Amino acid sequence: MPARTSWIPYALIAPSVVFLGALFLVPLVQTVWLSFSAGEGLSLDNYQRMAGDLNFSLAVKNTFLLTLVVVPLQVVLALGMATMVTKLDKGRDLVLWVLTIPLGISDLAAGLAWLALLQNTGYLNSALYALGVIQGPVGWLSQETPVALFFAIVLAELWRATAIVLVILIAGLQLIPKEFAEAAEIFGAKPWTRFTRITLPLLKPSLQSALILRTVLAFEVFAVVYALGGRNFPVLAGEAYVWQNDNQNYGVAAAYAVLIMAISLAATAVYLRVLRTRPEQLS
Amino acid sequence: MADIVIDRVVKEFGSFRALQEVSLTVNDGEFVALLGPSGCGKTTLLRIIAGLETQTAGRVVIGGQDVSNLAPRKRGLAMVFQNYAVFPHMTVFENVAFGLRMQKASQAEVKRKVERAAALLHIESYLDRYPAKLSGGQRQRVAVARALAVEPAVLLMDEPLSNLDALLRLEMRTELKAVLREAGTTTIYVTHDQTEAMGLADRIAVMYGGKIDQIGAPLEIYATPATRFVGGFIGSPPMNFIKVQCSQGQARIGDAALPCPSTGKDLELGLRGEDAALSANGSGIPFDVRVVEPMGSHLLLTGAIDGQPARIVAPPTAKVSAGERVGLTVDPARVTWIDSTTGRALARV
Repeated sequence: MPARTSWIPYALIAPSVVFLGALFLVPLVQTVWLSFSAGEGLSLDNYQRMAGDLNFSLAVKNTFLLTLVVVPLQVVLALGMATMVTKLDKGRDLVLWVLTIPLGISDLAAGLAWLALLQNTGYLNSALYALGVIQGPVGWLSQETPVALFFAIVLAELWRATAIVLVILIAGLQLIPKEFAEAAEIFGAKPWTRFTRITLPLLKPSLQSALILRTVLAFEVFAVVYALGGRNFPVLAGEAYVWQNDNQNYGVAAAYAVLIMAISLAATAVYLRVLRTRPEQLS
Repeated sequence: MADIVIDRVVKEFGSFRALQEVSLTVNDGEFVALLGPSGCGKTTLLRIIAGLETQTAGRVVIGGQDVSNLAPRKRGLAMVFQNYAVFPHMTVFENVAFGLRMQKASQAEVKRKVERAAALLHIESYLDRYPAKLSGGQRQRVAVARALAVEPAVLLMDEPLSNLDALLRLEMRTELKAVLREAGTTTIYVTHDQTEAMGLADRIAVMYGGKIDQIGAPLEIYATPATRFVGGFIGSPPMNFIKVQCSQGQARIGDAALPCPSTGKDLELGLRGEDAALSANGSGIPFDVRVVEPMGSHLLLTGAIDGQPARIVAPPTAKVSAGERVGLTVDPARVTWIDSTTGRALARV
């Protein structure tokens, strides 16, 4: 038996390995190679040029700021929404369906939708003008209003990508037998205590997955930022795009890509370590 | 310590009436088993007492206080769940301590009470382990220790032994009885296993179709079932029910006659398998033996009385073989007469 079955797992996993190898590993190696090659041989020129760029430190700062604000807010929002959705008796599927609609919209389309709302001649200004709150068009997304621009991007990102966290957390909540909460309730735990002492710890594996996914995606944020602010709000992926297309410098673009990957990997490693569930604590 | 009064409790799920005006009083320190088949409403009733479900009508009074609309945590009770519900992310110590921590007990008190509950259930040696490392029986002990650690006035148990294997179940049953006797806690215990109910309870409430068919001491329920359902549900093998004609106070089966209540109604003779004895000369109620099963402590005979299926328990050394017709003698004082139409037992003759 063991001899016969030993190759089967490898055979079954082979197609996905080939697929990942061709479409992920090869471009990855190429990108890393590209980022270290300038002129002849290996060098750090591309990285020096990236780090020396006027927008670099701003892009790093903005990307981190956006991630640090958006991801925790999304997790808190999704936790609240997931708790409410799982408590629904009727219409739960409909509510969940409506809440996840933004997932079906591409990020660029989402960015453009929010642009239509927030630009000078957008719906927000029209509404405020009609209500007599403002006298004429107000710019929210310009270089002169960086705070408003930042909050506009945060808002659009919350709207666009909270649902993926929600879906993961709902799946996680459904895995927790309701007896745990009932037992806690019988033994005197109030709702908030039940949430912090029982639900959250048991939800940790799902929280970890959601956080890894959302954080990695947040470091890659691009289309929404580009649609709303252009280069008024530089982010890392945006800079990679500019170096690739506007400046036609693939080396520096590759350096940005490698930097984003390194940050994502580091964040993932942190989550895996900090939010790990010891095997003996699994239910 | 507290008594429990369940006063005409009704529970409806949509148009389905799961409980129909159930009333039950459990005395202080008493152990009452709610016994019945799946879907009879016993777990629903327990969850209503716990406050995990809300009754459609009626009241639950614990220790003189109407708790009908109180949250579970304000009812002063503890519960052991069917699948234990031991928190996987906490050590055994923290599990047992959970209720005390919620009461904001001091560290010293928590330690003292956890250790006492752990000693009672023999789990001291794995207090610092996580539940995943424990066997089913050990987790069961943790669940009971967690419930007893808070020294509850009322303890509710929902099929606590049903996930254990047969041998462990027997062992835990004995131990539970001893532990709970010592604690003196008022206990309501839900089970579908009649031997568990018989062995543990001071009184058994037999439930069927959302109603309590009979409440009484185990032996009382066994010997004098109030309905056909109770007679058939309690006892192994179940009570036999033989349709008979009763004329002039005598029911004739074969050449045997039993005094019966002459009510003019269709009657069934309720006869426990062990209340019939094999007659020496083959006289008495004729019993056609179809299968003989030697069970060690007794012979289980399956066959027919007057063409109606019946099971009889005979001594292990009796000489009976399949296909034989034997005679049974029955003590008239030990039979139950059932009204065929209502399924209720009639007054004894």
